[in-house]
Amino acid sequence: MPAPVITATGLTKHYGDLVAVAGIDLEVAPGESFGLLGPNGAGKSTTMRMIGAVSTRTGGDLQVLGLDPDTHGPEIRSQLGVVPQEDNLDTELRVRDNLIVYGRYFGIPRAVCARRADELLAFAQLEDKARSKVDDLSGGMKRRLTIARALVNEPRVLMLDEPTTGLDPQARHVLWDRLFRLKERGTTLVLTTHYMDEAEQLCDRLVVVDQGRIMAEGSPAQLIREHSSREVVELRFGSQRNQAAAERIAGLGDRIETLPDRVLVYAADGEAVVEQVSRLGLHPTTSLVRRSSLEDVFLRLTGRSLIE
Amino acid sequence: MSAPTLTAAVTGAGGVRALYRGNARAVLGRGLLAARSSTWVVVVSGFFEPVFFLLAMGVGLGTYIGDVTLPSGRAIAYAAYIAPALLAVSAMNGAVYDSTWNVFFKMHFGKLYQAMMATSLGPLDVALGEIGYALLRGVVYATGFLTVMQVMGLNLSWTAVLTLPAVLLIAFGFASLGMAITSYMSTFQQMDWIQFVLLPMFLFSATFFPLTVYPEPIQWLIQALPLWHAVELIRGLTTGELTGGTAGHVAYYLAMAAVGVVVTTRRLRSLFLD
Amino acid sequence: MSVEQTTRDDATLAALAGAVRPRRFGALYVAEHQLRAMRAYGWTIVIGGLGQPLLYLLGLGLGLASFLDAPVGFGPDGPVPYVTFVAPALLVTATISVTTEEFTYTVMSGFKWRRVFWGMNASPLAPGQVATGLVLAVAVRMAFVAVAYTALIAAFGAVGHLWSVAVLPLLGLLGGMAFGLPLLAYSAGLRDDAGQFAAVQRFVFTPMFLFSGTFYPLATLPTWLHWIGWVSPLWHASELGRAVSYAQPMSGATVAVHLGVLVALAAGGWVLARRVFVGRMHG
Repeated sequence: MPAPVITATGLTKHYGDLVAVAGIDLEVAPGESFGLLGPNGAGKSTTMRMIGAVSTRTGGDLQVLGLDPDTHGPEIRSQLGVVPQEDNLDTELRVRDNLIVYGRYFGIPRAVCARRADELLAFAQLEDKARSKVDDLSGGMKRRLTIARALVNEPRVLMLDEPTTGLDPQARHVLWDRLFRLKERGTTLVLTTHYMDEAEQLCDRLVVVDQGRIMAEGSPAQLIREHSSREVVELRFGSQRNQAAAERIAGLGDRIETLPDRVLVYAADGEAVVEQVSRLGLHPTTSLVRRSSLEDVFLRLTGRSLIE
Repeated sequence: MSAPTLTAAVTGAGGVRALYRGNARAVLGRGLLAARSSTWVVVVSGFFEPVFFLLAMGVGLGTYIGDVTLPSGRAIAYAAYIAPALLAVSAMNGAVYDSTWNVFFKMHFGKLYQAMMATSLGPLDVALGEIGYALLRGVVYATGFLTVMQVMGLNLSWTAVLTLPAVLLIAFGFASLGMAITSYMSTFQQMDWIQFVLLPMFLFSATFFPLTVYPEPIQWLIQALPLWHAVELIRGLTTGELTGGTAGHVAYYLAMAAVGVVVTTRRLRSLFLD
Repeated sequence: MSVEQTTRDDATLAALAGAVRPRRFGALYVAEHQLRAMRAYGWTIVIGGLGQPLLYLLGLGLGLASFLDAPVGFGPDGPVPYVTFVAPALLVTATISVTTEEFTYTVMSGFKWRRVFWGMNASPLAPGQVATGLVLAVAVRMAFVAVAYTALIAAFGAVGHLWSVAVLPLLGLLGGMAFGLPLLAYSAGLRDDAGQFAAVQRFVFTPMFLFSGTFYPLATLPTWLHWIGWVSPLWHASELGRAVSYAQPMSGATVAVHLGVLVALAAGGWVLARRVFVGRMHG
């Protein structure tokens, strides 16, 4: 197995009294697609900033591409592509110029920048927008341009912070497709997300982060297997009656979670649970059997829902 | 079809009802409310700027100038000569700022006017409301500056009281024209051009020295521009030297305000209602 | 050596090689970007850079001058024309006013509105290089303003010694930076513009412009206002400009003090500004 691209041991970050990252251990292998899953404020972005060598760690060890970010920030950043949570494209430059100017920051000759800009515009499906103003692009196009810009230095690692937040479903799928292609080419992807479907789509392996700590680690399937049952039954009895119903069905399945709007029953066989419920004389307004997802893993690990 | 255009169709295109719903005060009220949350330094600075100029130029530079002889032959102190001009300039600057940059932002970034036009307000309500807000601020500043002039003994005649309505008229002229011009602007760069017109007017409109230092053709050019009329009007009132020209200056501003309001209203209608 | 070791070295070596040029030329890349962005308002800069001096020299230097009863400025051989007296101060005012835009709104824009500094931050560039690049770009704009102004001053015959036109732009640059770099340090630390920049413009720049011996010697003002001149980069640079332009009498020690204040303000502002950039971008 090749040496890891990123190695963190006991990584911490404090802002005054606030502990943003409270000791994180992780390793990312070359070509891997690695995700940090967690709610807002879990410490994902701070971790990304430390890996991106733009935030000095408070404690622990961190190596990126075999170098220490504290002393070799420019070296590390020269091999990274960064897609920030909030687009920071230059609205005073046109689309293609954004790519060229950004390439110059890496010391890439202007002619090379220009050639890559054209290739990347094609990759991002923005060829016909080359001369457009950035402000005239849609949200999805801006994101694709930001990704294209992050690729201008042909990075070994692409870091994406909440890549599809705020995009409509179709734009998300177009973006995922582009990221898949990068993955196929062997680019290492490190991304944060608070969307389970995104993590399931894109990540080979992920860590669940909450309150600055890693709660669990593994592939999406592995995490679901270890921390949840195969199926979940969602029962809705009406907001007034969920609590009472949950008490009546206690003992069914592996575990029961009561949420304000529904009751979740974790079980290997969902249909069997539904039958047992009706045998108890309960008649939920709706009942739905589905496969377990990362959302359930998160709920199990933290007792909280991911999107609150 | 939106409600306002429907009304316009019913009352006939250009009917006054479609333009004006007699509710400019709602727009003015929004302006005052928004002013409360804006920064006090910016609001307060509008008062201090002309005072700084008066002290530096009128008092400081005045020591090298001595008295200025008015056309009537009467000699007055240099500070008394430029103070009314600075009052006119601050009326212009305040009105132009409120009617250009402010309006430009609301038009292109805040999208405030789109929202207003979607209500029962007509374009004239919006135009008058915005201009009214600019005027209110101008009058507050003018009152402050006139007080300073009074304390420094620079109001030479009782007619100085009339500068308040005069400042209102001047500000109305600049605000309505400024808003009309702004409605044609689409980029920041174009907005900068407004500054290029204001600076020469500020320096050459008999603000700091009489027009007589220029050759005659340049004097005519300056007399065609609005600031000179404002300076002469206010100076006439604070020094008590009223002539037939005073009425001419007032007429100039009445015409300017009328043109501004008509153009602004038309533009707002074509931008948002057609 | 294992396969593992070579893979690792490969990535590490690429990283070490990839940062060589950015480490050396990073500030220039930033300057290049900033100057490109300035092209969007290039005409404003050119027209403003030429038009403003023309208007001020005409209005104050010639118009107002014909109206003065007493001479204002004196060289070694007696009074000099008023336009010669005000020209150096107007030049420095122009370079300083470049910074009230470029070291305020442009900085806020880089951190907050357009957020381009964060894009730079994710690249191999270091925060100090971003600050340096910004300053270089502004220096270019300032140099244009200073050279244009000096050329017009010469065209108006508003210099004592013609050779001084070689020095006046440099003084303009120094004066501009002595005011601008501390301002940059202040602006870079702001998270939000809640009227601070307008306040700087109206409560710092305007009074400084009016009370720094710009239109008449500082001694004309009452003594209790002289401190404005002493702390004003505009006054120090204008005085030096007058000494250069028409040999306004000045002792060597005074020259040294003027220069010392300007250099100290510029250098102090510069160190502080870089520190603020580093703290904000790598905190």
